[in-house]
Amino acid sequence: MKVKRLISFFLTGILFGIIMSKSEAISWFRIHEMFRFESFHMYGIIGVAVIVGIITLRVWKLMGFRTKDGDEVRNYVMPLNPKRHILAGTIFGLGWALIGACPGPIYVLLGHGFLIFIPVLLGAIAGTWFYAMIKKHLPH
Amino acid sequence: MYLSGSISFLEILEKPWHWTLSGVMIALILFLLTYLGRSFGVSASFRTICNAFGLGKKYEYFDFDIRNDFWQIAFLIGVLLGGYISAVLLYNPEPVRISAATIAHLQQDFGWTYPQGDGYLPSDILNIYSWKAIGIAILGGFFVGFGSRYGNGCTSGHAITGLSHMRLPSLITVIGFFIGGLIMTWLIMPYIFGI
Repeated sequence: MKVKRLISFFLTGILFGIIMSKSEAISWFRIHEMFRFESFHMYGIIGVAVIVGIITLRVWKLMGFRTKDGDEVRNYVMPLNPKRHILAGTIFGLGWALIGACPGPIYVLLGHGFLIFIPVLLGAIAGTWFYAMIKKHLPH
Repeated sequence: MYLSGSISFLEILEKPWHWTLSGVMIALILFLLTYLGRSFGVSASFRTICNAFGLGKKYEYFDFDIRNDFWQIAFLIGVLLGGYISAVLLYNPEPVRISAATIAHLQQDFGWTYPQGDGYLPSDILNIYSWKAIGIAILGGFFVGFGSRYGNGCTSGHAITGLSHMRLPSLITVIGFFIGGLIMTWLIMPYIFGI
């Protein structure tokens, strides 16, 4: 990949870090509040993002827009396996609510200087490692 | 609330955003990464890190060409820097304005004062000076890492990207996120943080 393209990803990352901070989606308290149904804030963010996403991707496809490399937008859909989705999602949700951060915010909060996210990241790497170890025994 | 009236660019950068603006901006990240030819998702980075540790020799799951993931490393360095910029240059002294009901619950059920940790984190409890907190951090991280890799995506990959593409597996996974989150928040957390 060309350096210029890598810089584009780098700048997009900076923008994402700022957006996640300004949106307060990185806040443990916002996530806690969401799971307690005490505020619309997080539902509003995800809802607007998804509605804008659906409409724009539709228009994108209808108008035949292409990516920077001239490719069509790929829509990779993983094989349907409800048992896997529910099980994996539930395990993820347990961790998400406990530490109040999903993978994006883990990195953003590290950037903020919250050092507790170092053991969080190490835990996430350990979890990924453990998945690789027991992968063949799980429903896929 | 910050969308009404006259607002300067600087104010937008300093103040927290209304959720409508936040939602649109997150969708913008989805479009930028899609335009740049990649799929928006953060948790795949855990796999990339394992690959970088050389685990590809031992596990098929980590055996891939890391050069295809250089974009993700560039993106992540940006995310870390974006967090740093937010904390230092765009610092907002007002804590996150969570609902009064949540503040009351934190006080009554957990004995926590609010605000703390800039409104980002219960840092009185979750800090690196407590072994309990480090245990919670590792455990929570483990679940996030395991769940997102087994499920092939996290909030960005499934809730934002997947739902925007209207993928059924993503919808079911997001339902799972909420099942797990509700179990943790309502059934398990009182035993961890409760007084």
